Amino acid sequence: MPEILRAAAPGFLLPYGLGRSYGDSCLNSGRELIDCRRLNRILGFDESTGMVRCEGGVSLSDIIDVFLPKGWFLPVTPGTRFVTVGGAIANDVHGKNHHCAGTFGAHVCQLGVHRSNDGLVICNFEENPDMLRATIGGLGLTGVIAWADIQLKRVAGPWIDAESIPFQSLNAFLDLSRESNDRCEYTVAWLDCFAGKNPRGIFFRGNHAADHGKEFHPKRGPKLPLALPAWLLNRYSIRAFNTAYYRSHAARKSAAVVPYVSFFYPLDSIRQWNLLYGRQGFLQYQCVIPETNLEAFGELLDRIACSGMGSFLGVLKQFGSAPPVGMLSFPRPGLTIALDFAMRGERTLKLMQSLDEIVQQSGGALYPAKDARMSPALFEASFPRWRGFVPYIDPKMSSSFWRRVTGAQS
Amino acid sequence: MMTVTAYPATTHPAATPAGTIDATAMNATAMNKIVVLGATAGIALEVQCLLARRGCDLLLVSRSPQRLAELQADLAVRGAQQVLTYSADLASIQQHAAIFEFARHNFPDFDTVLLAYGCMHDQKESEGSVDVLLEELRVNFVSAAAILTLFAADLERRRTGCVAAITSVAGDRGRRSNYVYGSAKGALSLFLQGLRCRLHPAGVRVITIKPGPVQTPITDHLPNAARFADPEQVARDIVGALERRSPDVLYTPKIWRYVMTAVRQIPETIFKRLPF
Repeated sequence: MPEILRAAAPGFLLPYGLGRSYGDSCLNSGRELIDCRRLNRILGFDESTGMVRCEGGVSLSDIIDVFLPKGWFLPVTPGTRFVTVGGAIANDVHGKNHHCAGTFGAHVCQLGVHRSNDGLVICNFEENPDMLRATIGGLGLTGVIAWADIQLKRVAGPWIDAESIPFQSLNAFLDLSRESNDRCEYTVAWLDCFAGKNPRGIFFRGNHAADHGKEFHPKRGPKLPLALPAWLLNRYSIRAFNTAYYRSHAARKSAAVVPYVSFFYPLDSIRQWNLLYGRQGFLQYQCVIPETNLEAFGELLDRIACSGMGSFLGVLKQFGSAPPVGMLSFPRPGLTIALDFAMRGERTLKLMQSLDEIVQQSGGALYPAKDARMSPALFEASFPRWRGFVPYIDPKMSSSFWRRVTGAQS
Repeated sequence: MMTVTAYPATTHPAATPAGTIDATAMNATAMNKIVVLGATAGIALEVQCLLARRGCDLLLVSRSPQRLAELQADLAVRGAQQVLTYSADLASIQQHAAIFEFARHNFPDFDTVLLAYGCMHDQKESEGSVDVLLEELRVNFVSAAAILTLFAADLERRRTGCVAAITSVAGDRGRRSNYVYGSAKGALSLFLQGLRCRLHPAGVRVITIKPGPVQTPITDHLPNAARFADPEQVARDIVGALERRSPDVLYTPKIWRYVMTAVRQIPETIFKRLPF
């Protein structure tokens, strides 16, 4: 690694893991990427405390496979397990337990980062704490995460006591969310975004279930072999899907014990699901809007419904109030919504721009890990203190995203 | 956009959370004690992860003591019951006797031997230099045949176990662009074919593993390397083949069985005119 870092020209490198960031924060157009997937060794594990030290390229899936049988689980997990530890730290990812556990970075006790100018830098709360805060959520720009110490959490087994509850308005969602956040570790909602201001949806909540002896072995799901034709996903097919999805969940028995895979990672069950959107692909939009500004949130949902360009993957979550651990961490108190939009050129971009206006006016933010198009102004509004992060950037690192939103040349 | 690959760094601060390793007994299979020749080869790394998760015992043979030590710690956390390492240069036939003796004394009732090492030089280089050509043949075929002979005899005497070796689809037909590597791997496939017949009466299995192009360090320099097969998928196929009684010849990913069947049918007069 030191040789790779030494040999590169300034601003020419970016660490790359499993490439699950939706936009260009993991790309480096015209320059080079460092493939970190082979930095995938587990360096140590303390059975008594659940502290694991692993290299940056170890995937979350790997961690689950190795440690769940021993009774340990990830402290925080995003909606896919096919991301690396380095990527999870660099994007300071969050999960369904943000309201009680914070982000992934909050469970990183120590890490080592390879930097081009000062070698392997160890960062923890005593030693280089600022570099730790910069690297968590630092989009890979502070150097290559060599290894990290992550505090796993004790669980009884692979099962989740899950409940799904239909709701029919934003206020109903909020009531459910507030009530559930006190007693459920995991809460999230699926949203039918064709319904406008008073959206219907399904609220999911759950806790790790007590061990009931049954074993569970995840199976590898089917794989979409090629991009589907783009017309397959249109407003009618998505509307039909959403209605069917809502009805099936509303009708079904609401409480069940389910394996962790279907609770946390429903999309992982179809490999290459992104090909659903055809060759044009899709854009993802995830923003957070302060809870004090519910009006704005309703307006946002209205614009999406009016556009007729809704998606079938609308995800809604109320963030907790834990202070951010990284300088550029995205989660903050408020409501976050994530939506996929099939890319239909100018029309899609226009809709997203009009959503940007609401986000910016309401004092919200967009999530860099999912963005491919936000303006420098919106980035500035989302992360007003980004200039304080700049001194921690490794001079050899840059990304397409960073150059786009900050105008940096290198 | 180019991609450079990061290899595991050779120095890490001592892994402080060492802790005890819970060596729970896992499901017993015929495959419990495995000798891996070339333990730091790209495919071997993935195979070992899967074997460790099954709670197998491993003896890892490779050149770098440093990388072996790191691998040993990693596989122990992943669930391997016992991980022994032996540092030696497998390409050097003089060292084979010592490797085999180490295995016989310290890992006496091993039941599976997996040969995973190999090298791939640039084809043009081996066309221009007899030294490079001989090196490629020696590493991929001569040394492999030599060490397998030692281990096979032991398994034959004990009338148990399995010999598996990673060759390549490149060995199924000589092609302009990599016939040197291909001929070495092809020779190894032939060797295994004969060995299989010899060991069959003793009840020892011989598996010829023929991967298509895989994303590993030895293929990084090739164009389109990003489109090659995922080593994890290849490893899953290999472990599956080690566990089951069939097949004798494993193509992985599976599609290569059909592709190579077709490629072998092309008449030589046509084949020699093809550009690859």
